[in-house]
Amino acid sequence: MLTKRIIACLDVRGGRVVKGVQFVDIIDAGDPAELAHRHAAEGADEVVLLDITATHEGRGTLLETVRRAAARLFVPFTVGGGVRTAGDAAAVFNAGADKVSINSAAIARPRLIGEIGSSFGAQAVIVAIDARRGAKPPEDAEVYVSGGRKPTGLRVVQWAREAESRGAGEILLTSMDTDGMRDGFDCELTAAVSQAVQIPVIASGGAGSAAHFVDVFGRGRADAALAASIFHFGVTSSRELKAQLAQAGVSVRLPC
Amino acid sequence: MIAVIDYKAGNLTSVVKALHYLLGDKQAARDVVVTQSPDVVRKADKVVLPGVGHFQATQLLASLGLTEAVRESIAKGASFLGICVGLQWLFEGSTEAPGTPGLGAFAGMCEHFPATYEGAELKSPHVGWNSLEQIRPDSRLLRGVANGSFVYFTHSWRAPVVNATAAVTDYGGVFTSAVERENVMGVQFHPEKSADVGLRVFRNFVEL
Repeated sequence: MLTKRIIACLDVRGGRVVKGVQFVDIIDAGDPAELAHRHAAEGADEVVLLDITATHEGRGTLLETVRRAAARLFVPFTVGGGVRTAGDAAAVFNAGADKVSINSAAIARPRLIGEIGSSFGAQAVIVAIDARRGAKPPEDAEVYVSGGRKPTGLRVVQWAREAESRGAGEILLTSMDTDGMRDGFDCELTAAVSQAVQIPVIASGGAGSAAHFVDVFGRGRADAALAASIFHFGVTSSRELKAQLAQAGVSVRLPC
Repeated sequence: MIAVIDYKAGNLTSVVKALHYLLGDKQAARDVVVTQSPDVVRKADKVVLPGVGHFQATQLLASLGLTEAVRESIAKGASFLGICVGLQWLFEGSTEAPGTPGLGAFAGMCEHFPATYEGAELKSPHVGWNSLEQIRPDSRLLRGVANGSFVYFTHSWRAPVVNATAAVTDYGGVFTSAVERENVMGVQFHPEKSADVGLRVFRNFVEL
C-alpha cells in the first residue's frame, strides 16, 4: 500500500539550517548535510532543503551545501529557493538534488515548469504555493510570493490546476496563516487543492503534534506532509511521529 | 566494468552516487563508466539503464546503436539492470510512446495507471514509498529483501505481471515492481532513493 510521506524540511541561510518562528526569530539549528542524514536515518521519507535567502552571491554556497548533503543521502532530496531558470535547476540537479521546488519564478514565468520538466521529467518539478486566506473560504485563498509578503491576485486552487497542466509533478502547499504556529495544518485548504488536482499534494505549515498529521492525511487529503521546526529541537523525530501515526491507523513506512 | 547508460533522460547523478557509496570512490572511479558508446556497453560486465521521464526518450538507445549493444552484451552473459523507465524498456513497449519499441525481453506492454480503481479515484503519478510483495525466493537481485519492504516509486506507467516477475506492488491493482530472468533484471522503483533496502538491491547487483 502506498504510504503517506513525512518530509523533513531544512530552511537554510548562508549554509546553515535556521528556523524562524513566524518569520521573526531565526535560531541556528545546525549543519544541513548532517541534519539531512540524521533525518533520513530517523525515518524521514524525503528531505527538502529550502534556501531562504537565495541571493545571487549565495548560489555557490548553496550548491556546495547541496553537494555535501546529497553525497550520502539515499532518499529523495528536493532543493528550493532561488531557482529561476532551467539552468539554475540543472545546476541543482547536477549537485545531487532529485527535485527542485519553484515558487515565485513559476508565477513570473509559468513556462519554466515545462522547461525544467522536459529535461528532467515532471517528477522532478515541485511547484510551491504560499497561500493566505485569513477567514475566507478555501476557494478564495490567494497566492503570495516573496516569502509570503506580496499578494499576486491569483487564486490558489486555480494556480495549482494550471501548474499541473503545465507539467508540475507535485504541489507543495504552504499555508501562511498556519505556518510557524504549531497549531495544525490548514486541512480545508489542503483538501480543496488535493481534490482539484491529480498530482500529489504536500501539506506544509502548522505542524505541532502527531495529531495534526493524522488530521491533514485524513480530512486534508494530503499525500505527504512537511515538517521543520517540529523535529529540529527534539520535539519529536520521524521515528516517533511515524509510530504515533501508525497507531492512529495512518499507513506509513516504519524505519528499521 | 559497470556501464551506466546515459540517454539524456533525467538525472544519472544519484545512481552513480549510490555506486560510489557502495564501491568506494577509488574502485568506482575505475569501474563505473557513464557512457553513450555501444562499444563500452559491449565490453561491460554489468550494464545499468537508469531513467526517469518519458518512454519516448528510449528512442535514443536505438538511434545510438545501444539497443543492439545491450542485446549482445546480455547474450554473452553481462548482467543488466533497468531502473524505472529502464525496467519498462525491457518489455515490448509502452502506451506512453506506442511508436517506440522496447527491448522485448519480456512480453507485454506497459500501460498507464487507471483513473479509477474499485470505484475510487486513483491519483497518478504513483509517487512515494510502497511495498514489495510476493518476492520470488530465488531472486538474486532481491536477496535478503523481505516481503513488505518499502521502496520509493515515481511513475505513471506500469509493467504487467509476467512469469519473470520477481516482486509485485499494489497500486490500483498489482504491477511488476521487479523482474528477473537469469542476467536480465529490472526494478520499477528507485533503488538509489530507497534508503537501506535500495542499497541492498544495488549491492546484490554489484556483487553478481
